[in-house]
Amino acid sequence: MKVMVAIKRVVDYAVKIRVKPDKSGVETKNVKMSMNPFCEIGLEEAIRIRESGLASEVVAVSIGPAQCVDTLRTGLAMGADRAIHVESMAEHLHPLNVAKLLRALVLVEKPGLLILGKQAIDDDCNQTGQMVAGLLNWPQGTFASKLVLDKEKQTATVDREVDGGIETLCLDLPAVITTDLRLNQPRYATLPNIMKAKSKPIKKVSPEELNVQIRSDFEVVQVSEPPKRKAGVILSSVDELIDKLKNEARVI
Amino acid sequence: MAMGPILRNIQLHKPWFSLHHSSASRFISTLVLAEHESGQIKSSSISSVEAAKSLSEDNTISVLLAGSGPSLQEAATHAASCHPSVSQVFVAESDKLKYPLAEAWAKLVESVQKTGGYSHIFAASGSFGKNILPRAAALLDVSPITDVTAMSGCHQFVRPIYAGNALCTVRYTGESPCMLTVRSTSFPITSGARANAAPIHQVDLSTFGEDVLDKSRYVKQSSQDTERPDLGNARIVVTGGRGLKSAENFKMIEELAEKLGAAVGATRAAVDAGFIPNELQVGQTGKIVAPELYMAFGVSGAIQHIAGMRDSKVIVAVNKDSDAPIFQVADYGLVGDLFEIIPELLEKLPEKK
Repeated sequence: MKVMVAIKRVVDYAVKIRVKPDKSGVETKNVKMSMNPFCEIGLEEAIRIRESGLASEVVAVSIGPAQCVDTLRTGLAMGADRAIHVESMAEHLHPLNVAKLLRALVLVEKPGLLILGKQAIDDDCNQTGQMVAGLLNWPQGTFASKLVLDKEKQTATVDREVDGGIETLCLDLPAVITTDLRLNQPRYATLPNIMKAKSKPIKKVSPEELNVQIRSDFEVVQVSEPPKRKAGVILSSVDELIDKLKNEARVI
Repeated sequence: MAMGPILRNIQLHKPWFSLHHSSASRFISTLVLAEHESGQIKSSSISSVEAAKSLSEDNTISVLLAGSGPSLQEAATHAASCHPSVSQVFVAESDKLKYPLAEAWAKLVESVQKTGGYSHIFAASGSFGKNILPRAAALLDVSPITDVTAMSGCHQFVRPIYAGNALCTVRYTGESPCMLTVRSTSFPITSGARANAAPIHQVDLSTFGEDVLDKSRYVKQSSQDTERPDLGNARIVVTGGRGLKSAENFKMIEELAEKLGAAVGATRAAVDAGFIPNELQVGQTGKIVAPELYMAFGVSGAIQHIAGMRDSKVIVAVNKDSDAPIFQVADYGLVGDLFEIIPELLEKLPEKK
């Protein structure tokens, strides 16, 4: 079985982003970029599945401009076997467009499992995995905190982090999984693996070759800063805190 | 009886609802995908009705519930009188919908949309809505919008990006239906229940089973603590972070919450370390809360945690590190040892009313 993992290049999670003064977007020039943390977790899971003998190959996929190749190289260094870059300069590659491109790739590559991060930490959409699953008519296990594959039964038992706690589902393969934080701890790429990664193949494909038309359904009107909270005060005792909460803030 | 004619009749003849729209405005109608529990519609779904009302005063709002058994019909009765803006309630009863599986729900939404032709479809932005709505949107070939916090017109919305460090105003230029998940904390329920109940209709599911994917099976769910106030709605939230150091120590947070009649929250670090279960995680990828009072103990204030509580009215932070980023969002801060401060608070706080 092949496992395909979709990965996205995003602003690094530790960066304090700045909104552009003209409100057209967020400043991303000269800002540190990394693999989306949820995508890293997805790739780690795929590699572990291959290491346990339940899959033969891990294919990493990324959709976007030329710099996606950097993220794919990191993925190859972590342990993916090969990579595919769908090159697209489209300003806003909305989840529906990404889902259609991933579906097209799935129909070519025929993996038994497609893994995505639950959400990208830039747009925080949390949609793509669900949309690909719908387009493919595959079962979906979103927000996965545990994944157990059964080779004989060809099923995936997924523990999902939901509002009420943990929900367990059993899905027939092929299936789409989106990762949540606690699924695993991704490995660091070791130096030997980084060197090996340089010779692993990255295939380039265009949306046209996949027969997908990128359609724009949104216009960004503006990007602004959230309302600022007024500055707080450091108090000197519990008595003072209780007094402020009771008499100033009036919340207790 | 086919669903189509019934729906069309309802949209034209509503005695308690007058349609005022100029020839230039489009007919706005919203389908709210609702959740229910123990025979009641969930408050997050009622917030979605509020959100639909804020979209347009002329919005015809229909609520869709699904499941099986008597508690479903009870929930429908509750939904029919939960908010004055609800025009009708649709109930889809089927074994295939016993659990909120995305595969069945997405097919249900596709079918109800094809019959009802709604201009908008809403769901609350929790694990149910986020799991189901995008899949349904893909079946309908439209782009959904997640986690809307404000509406400015029927097709213009505000949503947080970059963990809420920026707000993006987007105009939807795609086809109908416009599908959104809405953040409940941004649309508090302002209307009370109503005297006259909206009509309840059973959705015709005679052809439903045929193309619903049978490849996803519910196994089990972890049991929840229902004694404490619900984290999403509580007036006061007391959160513990890594600074609590152990699951045993977390009991202090629970005691304080008990004293204040508050819900308990946790940071990712606390959940990862096993101090507390995942459903109490507050943050960018956990629960978003906006209580009147948020008290954070031993919480450093990572960007991702702030994302989940920055809209709280009053924020209190207790941490022994005066440089902890949490103090930048706190209204009141105490730099000190939480192991001394919490017992002192327990001693001195007034009993909850």
